[in-house]
Amino acid sequence: MVSLIIDGVKVQAEEGSTILEVARFYGIDIPTLCYHDELTPYGACRLCMVEVDDGRRIRLVASCLYPVKEGIKVRTHTERVVKGRKLILELLLARCPNSKTLQDLASKMGLEQVRFKMENEDCILCGLCVRMCAEQMGSGAIGFVGRGRKREVVTPFRMASEICRNCGACMYICPAVDLQCRGVKSPGELCNSCLVITPQCLEKYGQVMCTLESCGACVEKEKK
Amino acid sequence: MKKIRTLQELEALRNSLLQQRDPTKPCVRVCLGTGCRARGSVDVVEAFKDEVKRQSLEFKVETKQTGCHGFCERGPVVVIGPKEIFYQRVKSRDAPEIVSKTLLNGEVVDRLLYVDPATGQKALYEYEVPFYKKQKRLVLANNGRIDPTNILDYIAIGGYQALAKALTTMSCKEIINTIEKSGLRGLGGGGFPTGRKWRICREAPGDIKFVIGNGDEGDPGAFSDRSLMEANPHSILEGMIIGAYAIGANQGYLYVRAEYPLALKHLQIAIDQAKEYGFLGNNIFNSGFDFDIKINRGGGAFVCGESSALIASIEGKIGEPRAKYIHTVKRGLWNKPTNLNNVKTWANVPLIINNGAEWYTKIGTEKSKGTGIFSLVGKVNNTGLVEIPMGTPLRHIICDIGGGILEAKKFKAVQTGGPSGGCIPEKLLDLPVDFEKLTEAGSMMGSGGMIVMDENTCMVDVARYFLYFLQDESCGKCVPCREGIKRMLEIVTDITAGQGKEEDLQLLQELAEMVKDFSLCALGGTAPNPVLSTLRYFRDEYEAHVRDKKCPAGICKNLIEYFILEDKCTGCGACLKLCPQQAIQGEPKKLHIIDSAKCIRCGTCLDACPFEAIIVE
Amino acid sequence: MAESVPEYSKVDKIIESHSREESALIAILQEIENLYGYLPAWALRYVSERLIVPLIQVYGVASFYDAFHLTPRGKHLIRVCLGTACYLKGSARVLEAVERELGIKVGETTPDLKFSLQPVHCMGACALAPVMVVDERYFDKMTTTKVRSALKQVQGKNEEN
Repeated sequence: MVSLIIDGVKVQAEEGSTILEVARFYGIDIPTLCYHDELTPYGACRLCMVEVDDGRRIRLVASCLYPVKEGIKVRTHTERVVKGRKLILELLLARCPNSKTLQDLASKMGLEQVRFKMENEDCILCGLCVRMCAEQMGSGAIGFVGRGRKREVVTPFRMASEICRNCGACMYICPAVDLQCRGVKSPGELCNSCLVITPQCLEKYGQVMCTLESCGACVEKEKK
Repeated sequence: MKKIRTLQELEALRNSLLQQRDPTKPCVRVCLGTGCRARGSVDVVEAFKDEVKRQSLEFKVETKQTGCHGFCERGPVVVIGPKEIFYQRVKSRDAPEIVSKTLLNGEVVDRLLYVDPATGQKALYEYEVPFYKKQKRLVLANNGRIDPTNILDYIAIGGYQALAKALTTMSCKEIINTIEKSGLRGLGGGGFPTGRKWRICREAPGDIKFVIGNGDEGDPGAFSDRSLMEANPHSILEGMIIGAYAIGANQGYLYVRAEYPLALKHLQIAIDQAKEYGFLGNNIFNSGFDFDIKINRGGGAFVCGESSALIASIEGKIGEPRAKYIHTVKRGLWNKPTNLNNVKTWANVPLIINNGAEWYTKIGTEKSKGTGIFSLVGKVNNTGLVEIPMGTPLRHIICDIGGGILEAKKFKAVQTGGPSGGCIPEKLLDLPVDFEKLTEAGSMMGSGGMIVMDENTCMVDVARYFLYFLQDESCGKCVPCREGIKRMLEIVTDITAGQGKEEDLQLLQELAEMVKDFSLCALGGTAPNPVLSTLRYFRDEYEAHVRDKKCPAGICKNLIEYFILEDKCTGCGACLKLCPQQAIQGEPKKLHIIDSAKCIRCGTCLDACPFEAIIVE
Repeated sequence: MAESVPEYSKVDKIIESHSREESALIAILQEIENLYGYLPAWALRYVSERLIVPLIQVYGVASFYDAFHLTPRGKHLIRVCLGTACYLKGSARVLEAVERELGIKVGETTPDLKFSLQPVHCMGACALAPVMVVDERYFDKMTTTKVRSALKQVQGKNEEN
């Protein structure tokens, strides 16, 4: 067991665990996008960055990958970290403005505007689908192709894959594409509607329905 | 071929070589480095060989092909031994004259001598040429002296003595201590203390370990690695074998970028020859140590210069870096402890073993020992390779060794460290070159690229150039690098196009700081440096672009216009003929005029005008 | 553009010479690229089969590195160096002149498959800036006005053979 301090709280952790795992265990909220506890951590979205003081120096590390060490002091919400997370989210939103997950995160972080030219992609290149297909489904039908801004997730030769079993796991795990926010009226705008009203579906069905299919009911109610 | 197994056998071989070789015998050494080769030095060598044959001088005169001498501006370079007479810009038709006059009669061919443009003084011998005289060549010392494809040349000048000494008289710990004491730091960019790295790798648990030589020099404008690999490949091999022995690795890899075919060729020949002589293979110098080196050719990706990406590439995967919270020295190639060093770093090792750690500590500054090797390029008179003690002021390198700015223009900035570095302005020209000082100034040592810029360089365009490069080379894995650089490029491009807004500079600064802190690897982590350093030292240029929509240096297409000067134009029509947009009008022998609306600023008329009658404003 | 006809035995030879190791993937693809001037789809599938490496990994590697091309390229490879030293001395203008002359953009191949224009960042010959290389031939101190004659020289040379 290893002792460390997270946000001023002294905690114990098993050797070999990551800061993110420990933080979540103790209920400390660190936002993530490319992380899933059933898949190998990837460290690509950089939302989970935290500040670590290991006695020799202070630096920012990806908490989903950094293994806990004895005596380190971790701070999960310093000014530098929060500012950086907001900017990363702003960059992602400029790329995929219609993603409800991103819109929700933005509202939570208090992001008020997107200062970049809007694109209209629906993939944030988090790689969850790739890892899901390879690790959990044992297929490896899709993967990263191309470099830099030309990077995308496709099948070989962009043709129907011979090994894809149509299991839908990739769609299930995707944080960006599935839930489309219907409330955005103009590019660059942040919707924020479901923050200020109670979703209709909650009253009617006793649970929030947009996990199954984005219905936009919250927005329609706002219109009324 | 009997393998060399003891120090005595090596010495015996060396002595017999020295006896066979007459030091007074005239020798023509022609540079066949990539730079001189591109200027036809292959033909020059052939011309010498033909002339020597024609005059039946094969036994009286030696013709040697060497690697890069380093003074690329003056190529093709030919040095005549034993006196070391230095001839520059030699053409194949000069060969007969040189053979007859210099080789046979000791006379000098005056017109081929180097003339210092500043003083008008002629240099007769290589060591008199100011470019070389002011350098301290240790690693590059033998670049122009040996035939890189002949191991016997390397042995004759003392090659593999350090290996023999290390393997027969020193323990692994002693070797690592020596390197640590010497203060040698990584010359690929990181500047990490080499000895400490070796120590950590040695102490990492595991029986299987690897060493890697990084020859992926991807920084545009840097060619010191190329030169070393082409001209003295054995120095790198020797260093790697010593290091592998000290660390306990039995397999080594040399990763060389595909754009360096000559380096690849020479390294492979060197490896094959080293194997022949027993310096690679089993039971090297009877020590029981087995070691072999394999060459991996890069696939064409700048990011593969980063150690974890390079390792992924050797494993047959895409060059995607990974987080290094557990260092590659502990878990690297195939998850085994791996020690990666730049080829220049490896080449320093035999020098240190031969001369001792203390000798090395006397060169350089307190924290940066030894010499630095720089590719001095750009708007400087003497383009070439410079090796000087760490701590030498920039001014000395650029003005004295470099011969000052081309066409006597004004110095504006020097960019060091490649796309990961920054631009250093005139007021810091007295900065001593070492790891810490360069980082403090907002730049870095990097792989030794040193690009000189003059008054006609637009610093905003320079920032745009590097962002464009990095965006292209980013692997695309992490958001800050992939999206952040993309947006920084968008903003800077808008600024150069005259569409910059006041808020842009603030947004640029914010993005730069985040990308620096949040990126996964050093490519993203250092990508903002060109932007940050140009914002720091040349903010007025950014403001001119944003507020006044002007490009003071006359580079950004949307903000400049081409004019034909009335008092210089002769109406020759050269520009009119070549203009791809038919934007120039004028009658023969009368003043021509450019229609600015049609002009696309392609620069063809500028290149074509024989009277310098076209200006940019 | 027609795909090349599968020649499995040739590719087999290459794979065998590298002991069918996964780590030799890049080297194997480089040799195939040398043979055909690009990486045909059938070759990538075959390599994936023989090396027992997922096709998506082979395809990913083929799409990541600059040395590899997934479509056939021209007979003559033109590279205008855009390294910093060359750029400062005007190589971007030279590149634009080549683009205008051939009617293609950098990264493309002329429809008659004669020329491919490739970007390159530094050939390590900075003293010759701006540098243009066509096949193995270096053209130093390039200007926009020298482009046409340089291309003619390369073509002319070839017609002699």
